[in-house]
Amino acid sequence: MNWTAILAIYKFEMSRFFRTLLQSFISPVISTSLYFVVFGAAIGSRIDQVEGVSYGAFIVPGLIMLAVMTQSITNASFGIYFPKFIGTIYEVLSAPISFLEVVMGYVGAAATKALFIGAVILFTSSLFVELEIQHPIAMVGFMVLTCLSFALLGFIIGIWAKNFEQLQLVPLLIVTPLVFLGGSFYSISMLPPVWQTITLFNPVVYLISGFRWAFFGMADVPIGLSLLAIGGFTALCLVVIWWIFKTGWRIRS
Amino acid sequence: MTAIVEIRGLRKTYDDGFEALKGIDLSIEQGEILALLGPNGAGKTTLISSICGITVPTGGTVSVGGHDVVRDYRGARAMIGLVPQEITLEPFEKVIRTVRFSRGLFGKAPDEAHVEKVLRTLSLWDKRNARVIELSGGMKRRVLIAKALSHEPRVLFLDEPTAGVDVELRKDMWATVADLKAAGVTIILTTHYIEEAEAIADRIGVINDGQLLLVEEKAALMQRLGRKDLRIELQHPIDAVPEMLSHYGLVLEDGGMALTYTYDTQGERTGITQLLSDLSGAGLVLRDIQTRQSSLEEIFVGLVKEGTA
Repeated sequence: MNWTAILAIYKFEMSRFFRTLLQSFISPVISTSLYFVVFGAAIGSRIDQVEGVSYGAFIVPGLIMLAVMTQSITNASFGIYFPKFIGTIYEVLSAPISFLEVVMGYVGAAATKALFIGAVILFTSSLFVELEIQHPIAMVGFMVLTCLSFALLGFIIGIWAKNFEQLQLVPLLIVTPLVFLGGSFYSISMLPPVWQTITLFNPVVYLISGFRWAFFGMADVPIGLSLLAIGGFTALCLVVIWWIFKTGWRIRS
Repeated sequence: MTAIVEIRGLRKTYDDGFEALKGIDLSIEQGEILALLGPNGAGKTTLISSICGITVPTGGTVSVGGHDVVRDYRGARAMIGLVPQEITLEPFEKVIRTVRFSRGLFGKAPDEAHVEKVLRTLSLWDKRNARVIELSGGMKRRVLIAKALSHEPRVLFLDEPTAGVDVELRKDMWATVADLKAAGVTIILTTHYIEEAEAIADRIGVINDGQLLLVEEKAALMQRLGRKDLRIELQHPIDAVPEMLSHYGLVLEDGGMALTYTYDTQGERTGITQLLSDLSGAGLVLRDIQTRQSSLEEIFVGLVKEGTA
């Protein structure tokens, strides 16, 4: 394992993040505050509590998940797409490193950034609502796994994308709707029975539910199923990555 | 001399069926400067890409320092520095950071002294904290070279290093290449500037249409294919080449004021002595004579024509 090379990629990617630290920091703070104003104050005044948790606190795990998922995907896909786009990928391809090491560098950096933003949102939220986290270790574990698995997905998208439109497509058309419809802002039990069943086909439901369990000890689906979902998703991404590595798909001609 | 790069039967056919390399055999010797000459689309960049791991060869083998570039890619690639043809750099990053990144990417421990040395050699030290996007085209090309040198390669590939570079920078680059050679680095450069190959290479390979037409010592190549023109300027114009001189194959030029005689420098007899004596025998008065060696360009054009004929 070429740790020096992994670290070089990781640091280089992180420096892109630190160059734009202010934007990276301010935009999640602002968007979180907006969500609290709109959902917390406007809607929250009508919905008092969800299963014993104040509505403002209830949406926090969903908010964090929404940001963490989109940030992981965007960071990782951009991280690998940009060198492809400007041509600097030649250097990575000609370096004495394996594809696994390349993935570790890019995905590790993307996941770190997303984790940082998740932490910023958690902190901002705590200024608006009172939060108690019942299972802190599980909460951190869930967040880290989500960051990693969605960064893997982002990496795949970055390899696949042939232009900037495609790069935006998956987060915009698939991930955001799935997260919004995945119970970020409501409990599934609040839906009509038919929609409850349909919602269970949305994989994001399991992630948000598991993450919310770590906060409040209550969940839409059993915690075991949530773990299975995140584990299965990570495994699926790893298989696709392995296949890309085997075939050199869209990287090596 | 021992070979540091061994290429055997290297083939590359792209997915669209284009055959870019049609079985290349080439041994590159340690410490030499080899220039690969060829027109656009000849396969020069594909050849380099196949050695450096950017393209996967369809057939054949390449080893660098005894390491197979596919099976033992770590060993092989650790020895190679690559300066690509296109200027491809992370635009918003500082010069010194992109150079440090390259060193790390190749698995080398940080060495600020080495990074400084490389940047100073390439006159980039003053610009070390400038962002890449602020640099001129020539400076960016130097950054590419600095990145390739940052990890102390034993073999350096320069893919058209002086394309679109001004004369002064070109001379600078040739000097840098000479310094690297003195430090024991093996250098392979592609170019379609013949004077570049002529100026710095030890050996010259000519590629066309995916095939290596020849590889030879520069001097030998020049000699073997070197024909010379002898230009004879006359005091008085003539209408036609006199009958008694017809077997020399002289060409009348400049409205009858000059004659050109082409001869082979390597021939048993050049025929010059006899020609001069015959010229005076024919009553022609000479004003001046000059000889001119055919340039590599002419040699090259001749070879490419031969190859396609």
